[in-house]
Amino acid sequence: MLNNIYNIFFIPEIFLACSSFVCLLFGLFLKKNAFRQTSNLAVFVLLLTILLVYYDSESNFANYKSLFSHSSFINFFKILALLGSIASIIISKDYFLGIKLKNFEIPILFLFSTLGMMLMIASNNLMSMYLAIELQSLSLYVAAAIKRDSITSAESGVKYFILGALSSGILLYGFSLIYGFTGSMNFDDISFYLSKYDNLNLGLIFGLVFVMVGLAFKVSAVPFHMWTPDVYEGAPNSITGFFAIVPKIAAVALIYRFCLVPFENFYLEWSQIILFLSIASMFLGAIAAIAQSNIKRLLAYSSIGHIGYILIALVAANDDGIKAASIYMFSYMIMNVAIFAILLSLKVKNEYLINISDLKGLSKSNPIVSLSISIIMLSMAGIPPFIGFFGKFYVFVAAIEQELYVLSVLGVLASVISAFYYLRIIKIMYFDESKSEGIINFQISFQSKIILSLSLFLIICFIFYPSLLINISASLTI
Amino acid sequence: MIDWPLVSVIIFLPLIGALIILFIKEDELTSINIKWAALLATLGTFILSLILWLQFDYSNPSYQYEEKFRWFDDFNFFYHVGVDGISLFMILLSTFLTPLCILASWNNIKKRVKEYMLSFLFLETVMIGMFASIDILLFYIFFEAVLIPMYLIIGIWGGNRRIYASFKFFLYTLLGSVLMLIAIIVMYRNTSSMSIEFLQGNYFSYNTQLFLWLAFFASFAVKIPMWPFHTWLPDAHVEAPTAGSVILAGVLLKMGGYGFIRFSLGMLPEATEFFIPLIMTLSIVAIVYTSLVALAQTDIKKLIAYSSVAHMGIVTIGIFLVNQQGLEGAMMQMISHGLVSAALFLCVGVIYDRMHTREIEFYGGLVQRMPLYATVFMIFMLGSVGLPGTSGFIGEFLVIVGAFKFSSYVVIGAAFGIILSAVYMLYLYKRIIFGTITNNKLADILDINTREKIILIPLAISVILLGIFPNLFLDPMRLSLELIITNYEIANAK
Repeated sequence: MLNNIYNIFFIPEIFLACSSFVCLLFGLFLKKNAFRQTSNLAVFVLLLTILLVYYDSESNFANYKSLFSHSSFINFFKILALLGSIASIIISKDYFLGIKLKNFEIPILFLFSTLGMMLMIASNNLMSMYLAIELQSLSLYVAAAIKRDSITSAESGVKYFILGALSSGILLYGFSLIYGFTGSMNFDDISFYLSKYDNLNLGLIFGLVFVMVGLAFKVSAVPFHMWTPDVYEGAPNSITGFFAIVPKIAAVALIYRFCLVPFENFYLEWSQIILFLSIASMFLGAIAAIAQSNIKRLLAYSSIGHIGYILIALVAANDDGIKAASIYMFSYMIMNVAIFAILLSLKVKNEYLINISDLKGLSKSNPIVSLSISIIMLSMAGIPPFIGFFGKFYVFVAAIEQELYVLSVLGVLASVISAFYYLRIIKIMYFDESKSEGIINFQISFQSKIILSLSLFLIICFIFYPSLLINISASLTI
Repeated sequence: MIDWPLVSVIIFLPLIGALIILFIKEDELTSINIKWAALLATLGTFILSLILWLQFDYSNPSYQYEEKFRWFDDFNFFYHVGVDGISLFMILLSTFLTPLCILASWNNIKKRVKEYMLSFLFLETVMIGMFASIDILLFYIFFEAVLIPMYLIIGIWGGNRRIYASFKFFLYTLLGSVLMLIAIIVMYRNTSSMSIEFLQGNYFSYNTQLFLWLAFFASFAVKIPMWPFHTWLPDAHVEAPTAGSVILAGVLLKMGGYGFIRFSLGMLPEATEFFIPLIMTLSIVAIVYTSLVALAQTDIKKLIAYSSVAHMGIVTIGIFLVNQQGLEGAMMQMISHGLVSAALFLCVGVIYDRMHTREIEFYGGLVQRMPLYATVFMIFMLGSVGLPGTSGFIGEFLVIVGAFKFSSYVVIGAAFGIILSAVYMLYLYKRIIFGTITNNKLADILDINTREKIILIPLAISVILLGIFPNLFLDPMRLSLELIITNYEIANAK
């Protein structure tokens, strides 16, 4: 226990918080190469934090029992978020240098945001949950607007901020209702209080709905998804990469914990909301992405669609659902890391790639890159034998275990629709004849190359040894 | 018996070939080294699959050469492959046709030869893997993975409307197969098993069977294809390169028939009994309607594509008669159609390579310049019509004999289709081959060369062999089919 004062620094969250400040000072006093050095340090800090999360058994935040909790599910998602953060810092480093955006604050912002996410995932109390969400979001608002001289970046930052503030307000209102009707902010206490009742009263239902709305905004589930395409499009590509990869992990873990811990006995109440969010997200994500010509908007809609599938597993609300969510989230992270690692290294006429149609002729000029993109796209579409298929497969296993037949059929139909736009990217690369060849440059740093190869390896080779991930995710308890 | 993993070697040998091709440097001008590597890999696979046949135990109705490894720790999902009488010839068909496809594309594929050969080798692996799977999820993984190389083959090396055709092919078949995924999960939930062998023991309640049957029907009816789900097929055939059409007609359509026998008949007998009238109606409509449509075609490939739908109608009738003659006839018809339609597409490829058009009107009087071509074309044309002595006859005859036990209306429908098939095939042959050369461009057309002889003559021999010694093929599959029929009758007698 906390008999030694130094032990406190081995709590991952505290370690990360302190190190983030150290990084900030470090960056401030560096004269040259501040951005590069700080990024490297940030990656190092995050790696250490992963080790601490992995090995922490006694000294963890759960000792502050009322605010945070500790479980294998939480640890899994924390490690996932940290890994995503590391990957996105590494793959975006060269991009930032390329567009001459060398503020050393960027990795620091990522660090603080990651800290917020770790707290979000672990939070066991409405208050700590809210503060964690705010810490995470505030860093991201700034990150979205980091390119100050670009109108689109500023616009996306402001848009994100205003809508985020609105959703936080709704979230807080929901919290206050729940607190008012149960008399507690702690998840366990709320659960204990509610276990005496068969039905939620009207106030609590309102509270629940408000909180769901706020959380749906954070995971960008339809109909609270409006900000996602605009923010994705406006923010610099590398920030978009971070948005796509990491915050979703934390938000998904949070929505799972919020539904399954304090309100686990009121499945019927929240499952209807999640059911609607899930179906709407899958279909809107699939249909709206068809019309996109901007690759970032397309990926935004694709991530909305993926959230729909993860929410299917939440509607299933069984052990298989937790397993499915963790496998799906892992595959989602890997696929997004891989696609952004490529996008952040592709230049068309010395500009970073934005329009999908610019991929034309890539299969001639750069066969390996286009093959990689095709594999990622097929995996995202859920075509076997790639990892994306197994994510979807486990989601449907969980849903059918709970006899959600209609939902599963709708899910697979949406996946067929979404296959269309993933295939369209392959079509543009392979089927369309291009007259102007060689305008696409692919330059990738050694570190990003490692990240890219590793994630491609996982996408392709998951099928040969699936048991490792599956055993881990099967053992998770919420 | 053989104590090394023969089936796995056959499945993965093409993939290993593909990996080797991936790492050899392409010869800039001719890509000759890539072509030879692909040809050797596929020929090796074919020779190994012949061992499968030679060592096959005819007296064993269940799976042979089984290999089983646990794959997923949390699931009863195994890497479980093996061969029985039903899958044996499907595997042989795949391994036989793929080297011919590689040879057929020897000169006419000029761009991206490396990717082309990679696609074909990957395709061969997944086709064989699919027929050899004894685990449904493994089957499903291969079944859907087939879409990836086929999508690329149609989309990259196809004709003018290739993009439309490739998307239609992919999305249509994907829509069918995802419903099968749901059905597979439901089956697993009810029985905790994914073994095809185990699931053939009839474990589902009647209502569950109906839904499962519809889900499987969605995927196989699109694949085989049955009217009215056939519209992707003419597009895909016309736009695909010659070798793509060959594999599509020769093997991919059989995936549907194979699935019907294994899943619908084998696992869902009571639901099958319920849906037999539906299948019979659709099949007869398919036979008559698509034959008439074929008659009106002006494009040779499209005509053969529609004739495929009609022939597959005979197959579905044979399968759902669920008696010995019907099933044997359906299997023979599938093998025969695999050879004959593949050969017909290759024949079309021969003249397309020379003249770059597939319009029937363009040709006429080819017999004057291409006597050898006219001869082999005639063998395949007669095989397609079902003349005695060719493979097509055995299948159609057995199906009609079986159909008499079921209903004479079905017999009338099927026989009418066979007559129509004679009409459109003979009419096609007359227009292309007979007469005098009216089109001046055809004056210098050359007869088939050595490479084309190597491709077409084995096919012609096997079509005749199948017609004269059908027992060579019927004996190995007989017991496996009997097993399915017995299970079916036991389930429905309850």
